[in-house]
Amino acid sequence: MNIPDKRQTLGSMKHRRIGLAGWLVGILMLAVTTGAAADRIIHREKSLYRNIVVKEGNGQRCLVFAVKLGDKNQTCMDIDQPEKVVFPYARMTFAGLLLTPAPKQMLVIGLGGGTIPTVLAGLYPEAHIDVVEIDPAVIAVAKAFFDFRETDNMTVHAGDARVFIKRAARKAPRYDLIILDAFTGDYIPEHLMTVEFLNETRALLTPPGTLVANTFSTSALYDHESVTYAQVFGEFINFKLPITGNRVIIAANGALPDRQLMFDRSKQLTARLESHGIQLNSFMPHLTTARDWRDDARPLTDQFSPVNLLREP
Amino acid sequence: MFDSTINLLVFCLAFLSGFTIMSVELLGGRILSPYFGSSIYVWGSIITVFMVSLAIGYLIGGRLSLVRPNLRVYGAFFLVAALVLIPTVLFGDQMMDFVFLAIMDPRYGSLVASALLFLLPTVVLGMIAPYSVRLLVVNTHHSGQVAGLLYFVSTLGSALGTLATSFYLVLYFEVNQILWAMVASLILGGTISILLAKKHHAYNDEYTG
Repeated sequence: MNIPDKRQTLGSMKHRRIGLAGWLVGILMLAVTTGAAADRIIHREKSLYRNIVVKEGNGQRCLVFAVKLGDKNQTCMDIDQPEKVVFPYARMTFAGLLLTPAPKQMLVIGLGGGTIPTVLAGLYPEAHIDVVEIDPAVIAVAKAFFDFRETDNMTVHAGDARVFIKRAARKAPRYDLIILDAFTGDYIPEHLMTVEFLNETRALLTPPGTLVANTFSTSALYDHESVTYAQVFGEFINFKLPITGNRVIIAANGALPDRQLMFDRSKQLTARLESHGIQLNSFMPHLTTARDWRDDARPLTDQFSPVNLLREP
Repeated sequence: MFDSTINLLVFCLAFLSGFTIMSVELLGGRILSPYFGSSIYVWGSIITVFMVSLAIGYLIGGRLSLVRPNLRVYGAFFLVAALVLIPTVLFGDQMMDFVFLAIMDPRYGSLVASALLFLLPTVVLGMIAPYSVRLLVVNTHHSGQVAGLLYFVSTLGSALGTLATSFYLVLYFEVNQILWAMVASLILGGTISILLAKKHHAYNDEYTG
C-alpha cells in the first residue's frame, strides 16, 4: 500500500524540479531583457534604510532604491544635459510655483538625487532652501554622483521629517513653499500622511504659502489621503497626468488663486523652466479641484494610519 | 476539579499577558513616530525598554512567587498592569511633548519616552510568567515540563499579539482603542482570577480547614 504512494511523491518531486529550472531560465531571461544591455552599476551600498544603487546607461545616470528585481528608478539625470528634469513626477512638482511664483524660504522633504532642490536653487538663487533627508547615505550619493551641492542658501538636514517639522514649529521659521517628496519608495512613512502631520506642516507655511506633495494615484489609499488633505486644507489642486501613476497635491495655506492668475503665471514661468524640460503651461488643463474620491473614506490620523496596508491592491 | 480549572485559567492568562506585551510593543512604534520618527533607533529604544522591563518583571515575579503563591496576588498583577497602562493612553502625548522639548537627540528622546510610557506596564506584565509557573507547579510535579508548556503558551500569545496587531487591528481601530481593549481584557482577566481565588479558598476551607 505504501509503495505506490512513494512513487507518486517521487513523480511530483521530478515535476517540481523541472518547474524550478523553468523558473530559473525565466528569471535569467527577464534579467537579460530588462537589464537594458548598456546599464552598468557604478555604485552600490547598503544603507540603514535601503539598498542604494547608482547605474548608468542610455545617456542617463540613475539612483535606484533596490529592494527587488526590476525596481524602478528613484531619480535619473541626463548626463549631457544635467539641467533637464527627467521624470514626469519631478516636473509635475513645479506646478506648485503657479501658486507661489517667487518663494524666498523653501523646505524640501526627501532628497533623492537632489533634482528638485537643485533646480529650485537655480531658479531662485537668493532664496534659502532647507532639505530634510532621513538617510545620510542618500545625501552622500547625491553629492558624489548627482552634482548636488550644499551652499550658504541650501542646507541639508539628515533626519526624520516629522521630527524636523515638530522642532521647526517651536522655532517658528516660515516657508513659502514646502515640497513633500518622501513617498516614492515601496514603503510610505506612515507618520508623514496624517492630519496631525499636515497641520504641523501647514503651521510652518507663510499665509499664502504652498504645500506640494508627490504621492500616488492608485489603490485604496487615494481616497483616505484625499480626505485627509481636504480636512486640513479644504479645497486643494489635484494634479494627475495620464502617463504616470503619480499624483501631485497642491494645497494652499489660504485661498487658492483664481485660474486666470495661474494661467498668467504659467506663461511667465514657462520661459524660465524651459531649459529644465518643464512645460508649465501644458500642466494647466490637468490642474483640477474636482473631488474624484470617496468622501466617506476615513481620514488618516496618528491614531489610524495603516497606510502601507491600504496601499495593497 | 478546581486544580484543572486553575491550570486552564493560568494558561489563558499567560496567553493574554504574552499577547498584550507584544501588541503594546508594536503600537509603541506608532505612538512614538509623531515625535521621534520611525527610524531603526526608535525600534531599538522600544525593544530595549521592553527587554529590560521584562527582565525586571521576571525577577520580581519570581521573588514574589516564593511567598504563598495564590490566585489573588496573581489577579492583582493583571489589575495593576491595567492601571499602569492607563496613563500611557491618557497622557502619552504630554509625556512625549515633555521629552521632545527636553532632549534634542531623537535616539535618547525615544529611549526616555519609551521608558516613561512602557517600562512600568511591561515590568508588571513580566511578573506574570514566573508567577504562573509557580502556580502551576503547586498543582503538578513536573516543573520543567510545566515551565516549558507555560512559555510555549505565553510566547504563542506574543506571536499572535504581534500578528493580529500589525496585520489587522491597526487597519480597523485607532491606537488608543486597541490599548483600551488591552486594559479591559487585563481587568477582566485579573477579576476572574480573584473571583476564582475566593471560590477556591472557600473550597479549601470546606475540605481541609
